[in-house]
Amino acid sequence: MENNINKRVVVTGMGVVAPNGVGIPEFTKALQNGTSGITFHQKLKDLNFSCQIGGVPNLPHELQSQYFTDLQLRGFNSSGILYGCIAGIDAWKDAGFETDPDSEPDYNTGLIFGAGTSGVEKFREAIYKLDGGEVRRLGSTVVLQTMTSGISAYLSGMLGLGNQVTTNSSACTTGTEAILMGYDRIRSGNAKRMLVGSCSDHGPYVWGGFDAMRVMTYKHNDDPEKGSRPMSASASGFVPGSGAGALVLESLKSAMERGATVYAEVLGGDINAGGQRQGGSLTAPNPIAVQRCIKNALKNSKINPNEVDAINGHLTATSKDALEIENWTRALGRKHQDFPLVNSTKSLVGHCLAAAGSIECVASILQLQEQFIAPNANCEDLHEDIKKLIDVSRVPQQAINRDIEVIAKASFGFGDVNACVLFKRFIA
Amino acid sequence: MTKEQLITKLKPLIEPYVQDEEAFKNLSEDTDFVKDLKVNSANLVDIILDIEDEFDIRLENEDMEQMLDVKSAMEIIAVKLGI
Repeated sequence: MENNINKRVVVTGMGVVAPNGVGIPEFTKALQNGTSGITFHQKLKDLNFSCQIGGVPNLPHELQSQYFTDLQLRGFNSSGILYGCIAGIDAWKDAGFETDPDSEPDYNTGLIFGAGTSGVEKFREAIYKLDGGEVRRLGSTVVLQTMTSGISAYLSGMLGLGNQVTTNSSACTTGTEAILMGYDRIRSGNAKRMLVGSCSDHGPYVWGGFDAMRVMTYKHNDDPEKGSRPMSASASGFVPGSGAGALVLESLKSAMERGATVYAEVLGGDINAGGQRQGGSLTAPNPIAVQRCIKNALKNSKINPNEVDAINGHLTATSKDALEIENWTRALGRKHQDFPLVNSTKSLVGHCLAAAGSIECVASILQLQEQFIAPNANCEDLHEDIKKLIDVSRVPQQAINRDIEVIAKASFGFGDVNACVLFKRFIA
Repeated sequence: MTKEQLITKLKPLIEPYVQDEEAFKNLSEDTDFVKDLKVNSANLVDIILDIEDEFDIRLENEDMEQMLDVKSAMEIIAVKLGI
C-alpha cells in the first residue's frame, strides 16, 4: 500500500439523490431493504412510449427550498442540476464543511461533476419560444440551465470552490470517470479535495431516444418494480432512471489534519476505450478493452484479484449482462464458487444514465461501510449463460451481511468507453 | 394611473430579484436596480419580461438600455401606456 499520505485518497463525504432514496440514510435503508424506486409514469404512456416506467427521485418543493433560493427556482426547469446540487451540498456538509456566501474561494477544493446533457426540459421550452420568433423572451437562465457544465456552474458557486471546476461527459461511464479524474487531480498534488459526482435529468426528452432504440423494457408497465431485472433470464431491457451522486474526495493527509470521518479509501482504477474494434461499437463494448480496464484498475490499486470481495457491476438488464460477467471472470481469473459476490444497484433504481456511475459508487461505498451486500432484485431466474460462469450463490437475492474489504465498481458507456474503480474499507 | 399606483404595481415585479432588502424597503424613484438593490445585472432582462407581462406592453432593446432605475422604468412604462 502507498505510504505517502499525500498520495492516498479517501472519501470523506457523500450525498445522493436516487429514485429509491434521497439522502444517505434513506438510500442506505433502501439498499438494505431492497426498496425499488421504479414507478409508472402516465406522461410516458400519453407520449406512446413502449417503456412507461422509470426511476425519478422524490423531491417535494419544501426540500428544494432548503437548497435553492426562490430566485434560483424562478423559471428553473433542469432536474439534473437540481439533483446534482442537492447531492453535492449534502456531500459537502457530510464531509464537515459549511457554506458561507461571504467567504474567500476555497482554492484547495475543485469540482468535477459530470452530466450527459443538461436541462432538456428547459431547452424544449426555449426551442418553442425561439421557433415562435420570441428569442427576446427566453429570460436570463437558458444558457446556464442548458450548458452541459450547468451543474458545475451552479454547485461550485453555492459552495465557493476555487480549484478546477468542470464537467465531464462520457455517457454511462460519466460518474465513475469523474471520481477517477478527481482522484488523479489530488494524487498529482493540484488539489487537496475534489467534490466529484454526476447527475442526469429525468423524463421523456432524455429517455425517448433509448425507447426508440428498443433497449428499454416494455414488458413491465403494469408491474414497475419487477421491470429492472439485471442478470435475469427474463431481463428484457433496462428501466430508465435519474438522479445524482456526489462524493468528497480528499488526500488522506488533509482528512487526517482536519480529523474528518473517512468512509472508504479510493485505491485507484483505470479509464480506457475499446476503440469500437474487436466487437466494440458505438453501443457495444469491446470485451478485450473491458477486461484490460479491470485488470489495469487492479494493478493500479495494487490489489490481487483474489482480494476483491464484491463487485458492483454495470449490469443494466440488457442482453449484454452475460458478456459483462464473462469479462469479469476473465479479468479476475475467478469463476463459479470462487467468483466475488456481485450485484447491480440498477435492479432498484433503474439505469440512471450519466448519474449511474456516481449513484452506484455511493452504493458501493455504503456496502463497504455497513458491511453488507444489497440484494439483486428480480433475479430469481439467473440467466443460463451467467449460471455457466458463476455460481448462483454469488448473486444474492436478499441483503446479506458480509465482511467486505474491497469492492470493485465498473461502468461502461456508449462510445465504447470504460471505467473501473476500487474502494477499500477504511479503518482509522 | 398615478405615479404612486405605478410604483405600487412595479414593486412586486422587482422584489424577487432584490439582493438588498434594506434598500428595497426604502425604494423610491431614485433607486437604482443594480447599485442600490444589488440586482444581478443578468436578471434585468427578467424584470423587463415581467414588466411586459404585467402591463401588456413591449419593451425594445433601446428601452431596456435606459431602464436602470425606478424613475426611468416608470417613465418608459408611462410612455408605452400613453399616460
